[in-house]
Amino acid sequence: MGAASFEETTGPGEIRRLMVRGRLTIANIKDVVAPLRAISPSGKALEIDLSGIERIDTSGAWLIHRLVSDWTAAGTPATVENASDDASRLIAEVAANDVPVAIRPPPANMALLRLNRIGGSVIHAANDIGSFLAFLGHTMIVLGQTIIGRRPLRWNALVHQCEAIGVNALGIVGVLLFLVGLVVAQQGAVQLRAFGAEVFVVNLIGRSTARELGVLLTAIMVAGRSSSAFAAQIGSMKLNEEIDAMSIIGMSAIEVLVIPRVLGMALMMLLLGFFGVTMAILGGGLFCWVSLSIPPVSFVQRLQEVTPMSDLVIGMVKAPVFGLIIAMMGCFQGTQVRGNAESVGTHTTKAVVQSIFLVIVLDAFFAVFFSALGYN
Amino acid sequence: MAGPSLSPRLPDDADVVIRVRGLRNQFGDQVVHDNLDLDVRRGEIIGVVGGSGTGKSVLMRSIIGLQMPAAGHIEVLGTDAMNLGPDAAKDLRRRWGVLFQEGALFSSLTVAENIEVPMREFLDLPDELMDELAGFKVAMVGLPHDAGPKFPSQLSGGMKKRASLARALSLDPQLLFLDEPTAGLDPISAAAFDELIKVLKQTLGFTVFLITHDLDTLHAICDRVAVLADGKVLAVGTIAELLNFDHPWVREYFMGPRGRAATETVGRAAEGATLHMEER
Repeated sequence: MGAASFEETTGPGEIRRLMVRGRLTIANIKDVVAPLRAISPSGKALEIDLSGIERIDTSGAWLIHRLVSDWTAAGTPATVENASDDASRLIAEVAANDVPVAIRPPPANMALLRLNRIGGSVIHAANDIGSFLAFLGHTMIVLGQTIIGRRPLRWNALVHQCEAIGVNALGIVGVLLFLVGLVVAQQGAVQLRAFGAEVFVVNLIGRSTARELGVLLTAIMVAGRSSSAFAAQIGSMKLNEEIDAMSIIGMSAIEVLVIPRVLGMALMMLLLGFFGVTMAILGGGLFCWVSLSIPPVSFVQRLQEVTPMSDLVIGMVKAPVFGLIIAMMGCFQGTQVRGNAESVGTHTTKAVVQSIFLVIVLDAFFAVFFSALGYN
Repeated sequence: MAGPSLSPRLPDDADVVIRVRGLRNQFGDQVVHDNLDLDVRRGEIIGVVGGSGTGKSVLMRSIIGLQMPAAGHIEVLGTDAMNLGPDAAKDLRRRWGVLFQEGALFSSLTVAENIEVPMREFLDLPDELMDELAGFKVAMVGLPHDAGPKFPSQLSGGMKKRASLARALSLDPQLLFLDEPTAGLDPISAAAFDELIKVLKQTLGFTVFLITHDLDTLHAICDRVAVLADGKVLAVGTIAELLNFDHPWVREYFMGPRGRAATETVGRAAEGATLHMEER
């Protein structure tokens, strides 16, 4: 209904006539775009008759203008006839704005593009490591200054962070570690039953959760929850120029934003790690009681006998270190946000992935370190 | 107290593109609009002014369907804008363009892609044609020729406004909503932007609903000015008519130091870019 159409007739003399009808508007030109483009100059002059059009907008005017300018460029005269005032005004307007405009970046050589991308990512990675080390150093200095009292500690922010990182994570960390304890006990029992050594399940639970699983899984959970939150918070503040506003007022963003998060995270990881270990042992203990008929009293007694105190200490030494690395990675990725909302997303993802990666690498390092010290 | 010529309601047989009747908007206990009426004639540039918090943006958001009013009736381009099915709403949205205050360009798309978004969404056109259309729209709003492949974060404030205007004009709308188009621009860019809207309106023939604080913009391009206060449109008229309107805010607005400066400048200066203090 009303869609644009055209028909070609041969006018008097050696002239081709194009009769355009209907609505020459962006919603109605779909079907005439290709046929109009297909009309190529053939040496005869072209007359475009616009008397039959009902409406025209800039897109329609552009089509007509392109036709005329293509023909003129080919050396064949083309003219527009019977155009209404509106139509001629619009055609003049689009003609005035027909200048070469870049729409996409110019296409590049594929091989060079590939090389460029590889080189770019190497430089980017090196740059990232450098910036992270700089950030780490800066944070350490500010942390040191805070500890020796040269800088104030933002207690309100610290308490708020402790709530967000620690208290609010109690539920999820508790459930997660409880279930892990349960599963470790159950799977261990299946294997140990073959040797009639089911009672060693207690050793398995005590040693694996206190030293490794409890803290590691808590750290992974917290990295997923809080590292992403830090990156997103600081990233959007950066986009909103709040970080700039802080530095103009004379507040150090590291002091105000990073230190409370880092300290809060280290402290909360210690407490959450202990809580996680406890919940895992509870889960394992419950399984032993219900499924293996080891009563809680014997479970606790045996746990005390077989799990050296050093296991728990090692776990609790690792927890705040993991917390530091998680918080710093989250804050660092937040400060790396540039430009747009997509960047916030990219850096939030990076914060989670890299902090979990670093936590696991550090854990491996700790394992080697402590066994070298003789704690087996 | 408003004379008949300053009434926000036009006669029933007038050729209007927006008709608002009895509009009521409230957030909790706070009533923003109460029994608000407004008519916008076809082909005019209507400026909407009012103090901060009088609900200028809320009025615009109600008209374009982003804010559901508590009561009232809104008719846009002859269609009841408040009770539309999804298809009718889509159809109506195709016929207007909106320039948001901060531009609201999609930050992950280039300028050219931003301009092509409405075309891709609503129409099925060859890529080549869309690129050409985006190209001349870039030129038409006065962006430099290399702006097409740039991302919004690489543009200055004035260029963002222009790119956003190009996106709003992507489908050749009959109605254009502008929310403080010159806010945050330097006086020269602001004057140039006013001029651009005026010229585009003359060539493309759309109606403009313009929210502004900028007295210079009002003087330069608005056919009529609607004053929002006390939850209503108090009066609609030319600036000359409003100068005689007896309301403390209106008098303070037009007769205050900035208002007088703008009036005098318009009296003196020839058409085109004029250099004087910007509103903010």
